[in-house]
Amino acid sequence: MNKTISQIQQGLAKKEFSSVEITQDYLTAIKQHNPAINCYISVTEDLALQQAKAADQRIASGNAQALTGVPLAHKDVFCTDGVKTSCGSKMLDNFVAPYDATIIENFKAEDSVMLGKTNMDEFAMGSSNENSYYGIVANPWDNERVPGGSSGGSAAAVAAGLAPAATGTDTGGSIRQPAALCGVTGIKPTYGRVSRYGMIAFGSSLDQGGPFARTAEDCAILLQTMAGFDQRDSTSIVQPVPDYSTSLGNNIKGLKIGLPKEYFAEGLDAGVASVIESAIDEYRKLGAEIIEISLPNTKFSIPVYYVVALAECSSNLSRFDGVRFGHRCDSPVDLEDLYKRSRAEGFGEEVKRRIMLGTYALSAGYYDAYYLKAQQIRRLIKQDFEQAFKKVDVIAGPTTPEVAFKLGDKTDDPVSMYLQDIYTISLNLAGLPGMSIPAGFSQGLPVGLQLIGNYFDEARLLNTAHQFQLSSDWHIQTPEMK
Amino acid sequence: MAAWETVIGLEIHAQLATKSKIFSAASTAFGSEPNTQACAVDLGFPGVLPVLNAEVVNMAIKFGVAIDAKITPVSVFARKNYFYPDLPKGYQISQFELPIVGQGDLSISLEDGQSKIVGVTRAHLEEDAGKSLHEEFTDQTGIDLNRAGTPLLEIVSEPDMRSAKEAVAYARKIHTLVQYLEICDGNMQEGSFRCDANVSVRPMGEEKLGTRAEIKNINSFRFLERAINFEVERQIDLIEDGGKVAQETRLYDSDKDETRSMRSKEEANDYRYFPDPDLLPVAVTDDDIERIRASLPELPEQKRQRYISDLGLSDYNAELLTGSRDIADYFEQALAKAPTLSSQIANWILGNLTGALNKADLDIKDSPISAVMLIELIDRIADNTISGKIAKQVFDAMWQGEGSADAIIEAQGLKQITDSGAIEAIIDEVIAANPDQVEQFRAGKEKVLGFFVGQIMKQSKGKANPGKVNQLLRDKLK
Repeated sequence: MNKTISQIQQGLAKKEFSSVEITQDYLTAIKQHNPAINCYISVTEDLALQQAKAADQRIASGNAQALTGVPLAHKDVFCTDGVKTSCGSKMLDNFVAPYDATIIENFKAEDSVMLGKTNMDEFAMGSSNENSYYGIVANPWDNERVPGGSSGGSAAAVAAGLAPAATGTDTGGSIRQPAALCGVTGIKPTYGRVSRYGMIAFGSSLDQGGPFARTAEDCAILLQTMAGFDQRDSTSIVQPVPDYSTSLGNNIKGLKIGLPKEYFAEGLDAGVASVIESAIDEYRKLGAEIIEISLPNTKFSIPVYYVVALAECSSNLSRFDGVRFGHRCDSPVDLEDLYKRSRAEGFGEEVKRRIMLGTYALSAGYYDAYYLKAQQIRRLIKQDFEQAFKKVDVIAGPTTPEVAFKLGDKTDDPVSMYLQDIYTISLNLAGLPGMSIPAGFSQGLPVGLQLIGNYFDEARLLNTAHQFQLSSDWHIQTPEMK
Repeated sequence: MAAWETVIGLEIHAQLATKSKIFSAASTAFGSEPNTQACAVDLGFPGVLPVLNAEVVNMAIKFGVAIDAKITPVSVFARKNYFYPDLPKGYQISQFELPIVGQGDLSISLEDGQSKIVGVTRAHLEEDAGKSLHEEFTDQTGIDLNRAGTPLLEIVSEPDMRSAKEAVAYARKIHTLVQYLEICDGNMQEGSFRCDANVSVRPMGEEKLGTRAEIKNINSFRFLERAINFEVERQIDLIEDGGKVAQETRLYDSDKDETRSMRSKEEANDYRYFPDPDLLPVAVTDDDIERIRASLPELPEQKRQRYISDLGLSDYNAELLTGSRDIADYFEQALAKAPTLSSQIANWILGNLTGALNKADLDIKDSPISAVMLIELIDRIADNTISGKIAKQVFDAMWQGEGSADAIIEAQGLKQITDSGAIEAIIDEVIAANPDQVEQFRAGKEKVLGFFVGQIMKQSKGKANPGKVNQLLRDKLK
């Protein structure tokens, strides 16, 4: 069950197996292992087989497209017409959208098969997937450890072989951090590259959808389908989407890779540091030029992020009021009671904490000191990167400061949890694309190498990752599934 | 007793006359079944996003250009956060720090014939909320989201008005202007045009503004005047009794003709405005502004000036004719057919036609007598086919739907008698029948002439040409 998307494409094209067969294989694996991993909130077995059957007919009639018959899992943050979209929350446990998110539409248009909807931190708020109404997700490499978050279900599903690839979203690291902790490849594109329509918002100016897969090559295939301007999302950008797969053949001799000294400072686990250093050595061997750079405002990225993202989320989550959809408390006595109890019952602890913090940051008398200040520093963080990209083509460093931590280890210490995103968050603030690729192991657990690209430079980023994967085998290692 | 000065500022919500909503493709048509014109965006469903309707930006710029306002090169949509069941997202998308239309001004005509400049602080775009329906349900509230997302232009004035009458004059002027610009249908019953009035009083000569109360959602000019007058008196009484005006929101109850407290400043929401991250800033170039300026129709003020200087109408008539675009259009349609009869047309429109329309509670758009029909009637007076008096009779018949002026004149035999022989015959008859009055006239009693004219007109059923009657009568009586 460790096929890549490109292997599945070839297998389907050569009629080595049918879409129904491969889909059935995944559904069987899900039945067997999902109880332990809990990476799916919904498994859409009937729909998947129906789609697979239709895909097989298309293949038979010679009308197959790139993803025809390829099974995929989608993060439960993307609205799916007729299939529950919970966003990991009790609030939306009963919610079935009457529309598809744009990326779901794109995948449907290519006749891909949806295996199910993956588990996630409630409303994408979390770095460990311990904040889901549907229970924690186990890291397939060690079931006592977290898979990372918020797209923990998608990363774990790919790592465990319960989906060949999956979609995710990344607001502060929610694709890259779980990709690192689960030993898979994930890319967060440039802000505006992938439509946010139908993707339930957390921090609207930071959220961006992207794929998880085993390889950079697969990520290129999936991003091709996900990316592009969408007139239903005013923040999506009118810019042609390059052919990502064809850009994978370039050698990286002379590629300038910057190492931000701030990413290798205090707080970085020694085991992780040594894996990253080895990976950098590998790039040297491939002919890349390694240059030390500085991103001096990195230290502000966490406080800035927690003001901006939380301010936005406090407003974005106001629509969950028990009036039109979602959870409504039993027999409200009046309007205020309806609001208070519906929201108190429907939201989990972390979501409530963030709504309160965000509300505070926007309130009269504090706006200038928090939100406005944060936006100003956000510009400085962006300028750090703009300066850096004058000198280098790609920036590299660790995705996370440590490997997957134990379940429950950080649940009582939100700040220590928030620090997990120290290397990933600044990209969202700047709107830059970033990837995490498997770079080795520390304490028997995967370590992710983060690669950061310039705006709309996903093609170069994917190729940089692909070249590493051509000369290493970390990405094809899989956990033993009991 | 101190003399008090009233200070009024108005916030006017003009619903922009677009076919679809400001951030979605749903229709804005009025009066549909509840919740049939609300799509996922209007309902605030998860994951959906607003997309700005470009037409509202054009409309806002039209307004801004028409009042000589500064158009903000980059304006920003912001979220105004508060919870209410008819506000689906839990925030209203509005503009806060950077409204699309900046400072402008408007000249209003006062009752004494003077004019006054009222400052317009700003005008910004925003979405309307839905409606809570309390009456149809017991122990429950219904929500109709058809109106949610309807585009509004909120026009905020400076506190420049000093009486309820001035406030009404300003509101009417804006009302006329937005209809001229075809950016708002101006329908106040349907809520397409509504006012909030900020009212305060201060001792005459005092610089500092008094504490203001805001009267919300007034939907007629009559109520606007009455609400302000009530509120001014209430505030003066309160202060003179040693009390203090509270800064609060009040509601005007037209049944009781009073304003009532809705909520105080302490209870007011902290709206936590911040730029909406789902929408890009709105960039307007000088070219956009010039293109829109060039497309503007003749504005009421320009029209008024032209009516006075080119057509020779009185100030008063020019003001009334340009008071609404529909009246001006009607006038100009008639004028196109008879360019030399401007004052006659004006008099007919502002006299008989307006009277009949008011009586029937009809808009000039729905007049049973069209401009083309009216000009036919006026032509018949001008060419002496009928007299002014008969014309009123023909007008009434036209109003009743009996046909065109010519058809009615023909059918009822109302054509004026101008033939000298026929008139002379009637005169002879009348003179013969009234020898006493003939004596009196010849004795120098000029007034008796009127008696004869009256008798002759009566005999002719009003059809004798009055000029001819006068001339011939004098000759005969000599």
